[in-house]
Amino acid sequence: MVYLTRKAEFSASHYYHNPDFTPEENLRTFGKCNNPHGHGHNYTLEVTVKGEVDPRSGFVVDLKQLKEVMHREVLDAMDHRFLNKEVPEFFTRIPTTENLAIAIWQRLETKLEKAKLHRVRVYETPDLFVDFYGEVS
Amino acid sequence: MKAYLTRRYRFSASHRLHCEEMSAEENRATYGKCNNPYGHGHNYTLEVTVSGAVDQSTGMVCNLLDLDGFVGREVVSRYDLENLNTVQEFAQIVPTTENLCIEIFEIMQRGFAHAHLETVRLEETLMNSFEYSGNNPTRP
Repeated sequence: MVYLTRKAEFSASHYYHNPDFTPEENLRTFGKCNNPHGHGHNYTLEVTVKGEVDPRSGFVVDLKQLKEVMHREVLDAMDHRFLNKEVPEFFTRIPTTENLAIAIWQRLETKLEKAKLHRVRVYETPDLFVDFYGEVS
Repeated sequence: MKAYLTRRYRFSASHRLHCEEMSAEENRATYGKCNNPYGHGHNYTLEVTVSGAVDQSTGMVCNLLDLDGFVGREVVSRYDLENLNTVQEFAQIVPTTENLCIEIFEIMQRGFAHAHLETVRLEETLMNSFEYSGNNPTRP
């Protein structure tokens, strides 16, 4: 088994708010991230796929295809967007880094040919990142 | 849905690697320049990984305010700008980055209850890093 990781960057804005919470609860839980006008990050995405090396091509995955899927499913939808207002997953889910990693996994999982998705890592800043391996619980 | 959250922190400290049970020659042979009796320092980078189910009401594995608060209080302020050899836990053991990594893992495991502690990774320099996951790593 060989693991291959492809990186991409996108920039987006978001804010954290749970409509079931009181304003005080929202502020206590989310702090400055509760600002309804949003704030932004330069996200770095790392997508790791795994598979056996094809004996003819020497590839685990066609990198061109992986890159295209990542662009179509993630970057086109999220780059330079306000996640809460423009990305359907976040109309109902809070766009935390955890939920972003899960949403990206769900967008990519069924679109990959041959190689199997192993890990989605999303850096919100260089000092904060989340890994999701598709584990339900 | 289970996710793994990693947060990076920084602190600077000095240490001297020296084992009382070894002769002066053996200490020098084992630790080289790190045996200098005056000590030397590093800018450490600490990575703490916690895991757990993502709480659907907050979208979080654990609130960063809790994680940052705990690590700031119990780890960073304990070691930042200190001489590690003078800290109680290193009175009897050599403050190598291996031992410091294990010590930080144990501080986290004893006191941090907001998520499962997965891994502590400590960079001594950009070239050296150490990782400890105790006996209960769950990462695939």
